[in-house]
Amino acid sequence: MAAPRFTTDHEWVRLDGDLATVGISDYAQSQLGDVVYVELPEIGRRVEQGKEIAVVESVKAASDVYAPVSGEVVAVNTALAEDPAKVNADPMGEGWFLQLRLADPAELDGLMDEAAYRRFIEEQA
Amino acid sequence: MSEWSRALSAPTRAAPPGAAPRAGFGANRGLQIEEKLLFERDAPGRSGVDLPEPPAVEPRLGGLERRRPIGLPGLSEPEVVRHFTRLSQKNYAIDTGIYPLGSCTMKHNPRLNEKLARVPGLSELHPLQPLSTVPGALELIDRLAHWLKTLTGLPAVALSPGAGAHGELCGVMTIRAALEARGDRRKRVLVPESAHGTNPATAAACGYQVDPVPANSRGRVDRRALEQKLGPDVAALMLTNPNTCGLFETEIVEIAAVVHRAGAFFYCDGANFNAIVGRVRPRDLGIDCMHLNLHKTFSTPHGGGGPGSGPVALSAELARHAPLPWLVHGDNGLQLAEHGEGEAAASIGRLKAFHGQMGMFVRALAYMMSHGADGLRQVAEDAVLNANYLRALLETDLTLSYPGPCMHEVLFDDRFLKDTGVSTLDFAKALIDEGYHPMTMYFPLVVHGAMLIEPTETESKATLDEFAATVKALATAARTGDTARFHAAPQLAPRRRLDETAAARKPVLRWRPPSEDEPPGTTT
Amino acid sequence: MRYLPLTAADRTAMLNTIGATSIDELFAEVPATARIAPLADLPLAQSELEVERAIGAMAARNLAANSAPCFLGGGAYRHHIPAAVDHLIQRGEFLTSYTPYQPEISQGTLQYLFEFQTQVALLTGMEIANASLYDGAVACAEAVMMANRLTGRHRAVLAGGLHPHYREVCATYARFVGFELARCDPDPRPQQELAALLDDRTSCVVVQNPDFWGELHDWSALAETCHERGALLVVVVTEIVSLGALKPPGEMGADIVAGEGQSLGNALNYGGPYLGLFATREKFVRQMPGRLVGETRDADGRRGFVLTLSTREQHIRRERATSNVCTNSGLCALAFTIHLALLGETGFTKLAWLNHATAVTLAERIARIPGVSLVNPTFFNEFTIRLPVPAAPVVEALAARGILGGIPASRLYPKRPQLANLLLVAATETVTDHDISRFECALREVLA
Repeated sequence: MAAPRFTTDHEWVRLDGDLATVGISDYAQSQLGDVVYVELPEIGRRVEQGKEIAVVESVKAASDVYAPVSGEVVAVNTALAEDPAKVNADPMGEGWFLQLRLADPAELDGLMDEAAYRRFIEEQA
Repeated sequence: MSEWSRALSAPTRAAPPGAAPRAGFGANRGLQIEEKLLFERDAPGRSGVDLPEPPAVEPRLGGLERRRPIGLPGLSEPEVVRHFTRLSQKNYAIDTGIYPLGSCTMKHNPRLNEKLARVPGLSELHPLQPLSTVPGALELIDRLAHWLKTLTGLPAVALSPGAGAHGELCGVMTIRAALEARGDRRKRVLVPESAHGTNPATAAACGYQVDPVPANSRGRVDRRALEQKLGPDVAALMLTNPNTCGLFETEIVEIAAVVHRAGAFFYCDGANFNAIVGRVRPRDLGIDCMHLNLHKTFSTPHGGGGPGSGPVALSAELARHAPLPWLVHGDNGLQLAEHGEGEAAASIGRLKAFHGQMGMFVRALAYMMSHGADGLRQVAEDAVLNANYLRALLETDLTLSYPGPCMHEVLFDDRFLKDTGVSTLDFAKALIDEGYHPMTMYFPLVVHGAMLIEPTETESKATLDEFAATVKALATAARTGDTARFHAAPQLAPRRRLDETAAARKPVLRWRPPSEDEPPGTTT
Repeated sequence: MRYLPLTAADRTAMLNTIGATSIDELFAEVPATARIAPLADLPLAQSELEVERAIGAMAARNLAANSAPCFLGGGAYRHHIPAAVDHLIQRGEFLTSYTPYQPEISQGTLQYLFEFQTQVALLTGMEIANASLYDGAVACAEAVMMANRLTGRHRAVLAGGLHPHYREVCATYARFVGFELARCDPDPRPQQELAALLDDRTSCVVVQNPDFWGELHDWSALAETCHERGALLVVVVTEIVSLGALKPPGEMGADIVAGEGQSLGNALNYGGPYLGLFATREKFVRQMPGRLVGETRDADGRRGFVLTLSTREQHIRRERATSNVCTNSGLCALAFTIHLALLGETGFTKLAWLNHATAVTLAERIARIPGVSLVNPTFFNEFTIRLPVPAAPVVEALAARGILGGIPASRLYPKRPQLANLLLVAATETVTDHDISRFECALREVLA
């Protein structure tokens, strides 16, 4: 599996062939607080890079999650309905949100690698 | 992830168990009695109401009689009275102490209002009685309308909306109707970033795209940014004045002019009218449409979350679209126009069944008559004076977000708590232990960790002095490292901090009879 | 000024602390052109005595329902409220408290709302209920919008028996929020008609029980039809006391129940404030409008209650909120909860049967009057009669005789001459045999 890439909105994406797994970063979950619910899209939905694809809710806030790349939704993490805490506990692993069939691999080039993302967060603070 | 959620983040910390006061044998603590749910106090067959036996008749229910019990508990009157009395003792209230809640205007609720709302000649009127039997009710509504029109300077007022947010909906709907009547379909509504969430929610509900307008460094709407956003596709600007930072929008007249030049309407959220009532007329500022919260400026009680009342003052053009019913001055005196015909043909229709929150009209009118034009002007002055007094007392200990005088509320942010390990939330919870309801927190979103304080005019100087002293003491405690008191707070309230995460993850929204499937002892 | 604690000395001292020389300085940001002198068009401050006299005079001009035989229904009902209710809701801790956003010091409010939610769910036979909305009509419109969100469809069918004000409110929301309505003619219709109007663009069918004319229906078959076609059934209840005697909407397959709770705990108040009830299936909870109270534990492990699922609401979702509703009808909900707590299972059931028996007695007496016929064969505490002449003038004549004798259909439907002779008549437990005799006598006289 490829290394994750990150958006400036704190989503991550990992590529495996033409399947892109998407979630939110550890920084994002720490800012959000306890996740109580994740609203996931329907299988088959097509989305453009940068458009809203999911909503993650904490007690006091609901936050839009934007698609880091364009594609078609082929899978969603149904385990999050029972246990949204996975997003806090393991945001890069078991807390994944959805999988997209990638439309354009070149879109990944515009995203940050882990080191660049770390620097980005530091600048934010 | 979107930007604005971050500003609201205040990661909840599990509070360490505090040092418990000396315990009794049970859960009661002196006057604080632990009270179960009604359903847990049940004894079947009991009732707190004596009713005669229904006479035997041939039922005409078409075989639709209820076959299964409802499952309601049975209690006598003494038990019911005790149950709700004990519950009431767990509540903070205006009658208990100050609510420094910004933009809520938690002023004293006069008891005269309650007495008059209960006069049978008003409370025992059915909304669909023949109009000839209720001339006094129509007169009362007319008098209230007169007060609201005079205070706002606008020629008409729609009285039916049931609350502030409902009034906003009414306002935006009339604006859209007026634009459609002009043959002009516009797509955008401009809303300041500092606005209360109901503003963009209302605009979006009516099909508008919401375009946020930033604030300038002085905390007011950035006029240049606004002018750049204005265009022929803007239906309205929704503004609160004074704004949610407690500041008067100094350029409001110029703003109204540019909005009107663009062919748009100027909507004002009247939540903060308490600052200017009797001293400024919204019409003179160029406002076309403004909702009023009778439960804020006009003292009708908050009742733990309602009922409210949100009448909307309207310009002549917008008045043509006001919701039904209309109170009209006819040849035979006051009449209710209940259907969209004749003059009311362009009305947007009904927003509520019947005529509006009459019970709140009586209370608000009693309040207005008690104060009079002179008293209402004094209300605004004392409200502004009280807020500035707190500003002067607190500005060295807390961080004032915008320098200079405020109106009826003052905005601080959490910069004074930097590096203390104490958040705005912790600070507020500690205030509870000191016997105060916290101020408005994390709103408006334009500053970090906002603390918005509105004392209102019904707080005495002595109360303000005591409140300020407590806040200063807490600020000092935070800065000198006394953080445990904040993280553990509240410790002295009927409940400690509650697990809102669990409540949202696995919502339990009602009592259910214990079944064999459930583990025993799921309730306290 | 009795509500203003500041004295002149206070004001001076405070201005001093602030460093301002006058209050006008604090209003300096107000543009000079907008500063007004004291308004001349309004009276000056008045004492309690003067205000009481003035408002009392307005009240005295009205014919109140407690001083005349009252047979009015049409979505608002006169019931007897036990004295304890009004005393309890006037406790300052209930009356003058704020929305329970700080749960640690609002457990009184939160617990009674949790009890209220449970009561509404039990009465309607549904799984969950919210903490109330402004009134039944708004609850109805919100139910339609929720059905639209859940099904992804944007067309609602409104039955002819739905209260006309509720239909009108739905129409207003439909126009501005952007969905379609198919409104059936305002006559009781057989269920086949409604089913025929269901298409694959329909999100819900909205019916009422008892309906506006007082007729009773079992909507179970319609519920099945709706579900087969991917639509939801919304059942409206405007007289909540009816659920003491009738099969509840939950047992008929309703997906959402929107109702008016005014009958319990709340006086007529010339139309408001009233109490919107809203109940639905648990699986739909995240699409539910309005406030919700949930159970949880505090840091010491004790049970407590909080407002929950707030992310649906406007102050958090802003432009993405499920609705723009902010306030609920708190104190009205408390009155409802207390009244129902006092009644209990046996009292509520007895109250419902008392209402029905009174209405049956009235119907039998009225139907014997020459020219008068009872329109609906089934009813709870309200029914429709057909007069030989237009009903509106009859009602005026009855009022002149000191009787509030029903609601003419033409008040709600002025443009339908075929309804002009119809009169809605209600009888609750507050109606006595003497009232019934007076009504019968007067009606005979007026019609003769």
